[in-house]
Amino acid sequence: MTAFAIEAENLTKHYGASVAVDGISFALAAGSVTGLLGGNGAGKTTTIGMIMGLVAPTAGRVRVLSADMAREPHQVLHRMNFESPYVDLPHRLTVRQNLRVFGLLYGVPGIVDRIAALARDLDLTEFIDRQAGKISAGQKTRVALAKALINEPDVLVLDEPTASLDPDTADWIRSHLERYRARRGATILLASHNMSEVERLCDRVIMLKRGLIVDDEPPAALIARYGRQTLEEVFLDVARGRREPMKEAAK
Amino acid sequence: MSASSSFSVQRVFAIVLRHWYLLRSSWPRLLELIYWPAVQMIMWGFLQLNVARMPGALAATASTFLAAVMLWDVLFRGQLGFSMSFLEEMWARNLANLMISPLRPIEFVIGLVVMSMVRLAIGLVPVSILAIVFFGFNLWGLGLALVAFFANLLFTSWAVGLLCSGLVLRHGLGAEGLTWSLMFLFLPLTCVYYPVTTLPAWLQPIAWALPPTAVFEGMRALVVDHVFRADLMVWALALNAAGLIIAAAAFLSLLGAARRAGSLISVGE
Repeated sequence: MTAFAIEAENLTKHYGASVAVDGISFALAAGSVTGLLGGNGAGKTTTIGMIMGLVAPTAGRVRVLSADMAREPHQVLHRMNFESPYVDLPHRLTVRQNLRVFGLLYGVPGIVDRIAALARDLDLTEFIDRQAGKISAGQKTRVALAKALINEPDVLVLDEPTASLDPDTADWIRSHLERYRARRGATILLASHNMSEVERLCDRVIMLKRGLIVDDEPPAALIARYGRQTLEEVFLDVARGRREPMKEAAK
Repeated sequence: MSASSSFSVQRVFAIVLRHWYLLRSSWPRLLELIYWPAVQMIMWGFLQLNVARMPGALAATASTFLAAVMLWDVLFRGQLGFSMSFLEEMWARNLANLMISPLRPIEFVIGLVVMSMVRLAIGLVPVSILAIVFFGFNLWGLGLALVAFFANLLFTSWAVGLLCSGLVLRHGLGAEGLTWSLMFLFLPLTCVYYPVTTLPAWLQPIAWALPPTAVFEGMRALVVDHVFRADLMVWALALNAAGLIIAAAAFLSLLGAARRAGSLISVGE
């Protein structure tokens, strides 16, 4: 069995003449938390789409838990899950109905107990029988996370999991993700624009710019190499092309 | 967690349950299923009453109007029931959630087929009872032939629904209009209210290449001449088998094109 949960090899995506992802390669160790960073249009969502099998690569390949996502996604889809603010759950269904439907889709044994456990862990009890379209943004994010955790995935892909949340709710979500990773040993890939979130959660950061990997290191090493205090400053340096990494500058 | 590499009845049930929850939560959606078929039936019922008073062959033809309009509704509503359930996923921005789940395309399609029958039954059963009450016309009195008519019309409706859904998947909600309008091309060509011989000679082979034409001809043979034309049903079945294979291939091809175009992560209202 491979030690890598996700392996991307020369992953490329063209949309007509536009290059969204330009031959990137990386391998994520099982049980790791990796941040995928980059400005708008850097290729984060397209990369996530290819990992999840939603977008077909123009070239290269992705393997998740050893399965080639272009040829055999159904070998592993039941062991993966995904959350994104750009994807919704049906608004007219109650939270409980949504979780039941996804529990059935993922073949979750003991759905009733699993939903009860998620409701307890993610504090959904108060609104679990309310329609998903009639709950607040913070509650929706918790419900989306509950859907993403319904099958206790080995690989969890999160696209901006705390976008538009107040600091308290965002902190609460991050703590839950930390606990989930510790308990389950899951591999988490996280695309985020929140640098303090990435610093707190991630063992490693892959920074994309115009479809290419420009940095790939642990957050602390990246901050040190750029001679900065925070990851946000590093992000701004990379995004604005203001400063070369210190090692490069020394050369 | 069960492996997802083989067909799962449970996942089909999940899709049916999702749409059943939706229907149950929305009385306008339920009303819409009954409203238009009822209006159509009443309008054609009065027309049938009027024409039946006229002498000669016209009166005999009129006796087929109510059967024709109800069978047309099976065709149209069957397709709409399939396509609407698919569109609901697009409108709800839920398609990506389904596509990254273990749900396989065939399970999704079978779930939509079941919902097409559920939605059709919700509309057709009350309307057929109204036809008995208002006009003394009993659709169910057509007996076992009705099973052959329904089956063939539903097969066609699912093939068209599959094609429309594939086009919407690939081209986004801009192609939604096709879902509502494509079937109307069948209305004149499949000779719902008149015999195939009414069409110009050059158009008749095209009409016969469409499975519903055989059903509507078969219905007229049964209602007017009291003859069940098994040959027409077999012909329709063969055409439907070909149509379903072509539609399934087109759907899978359009799904692949949607993945290549990246449109599965950008669908929405």
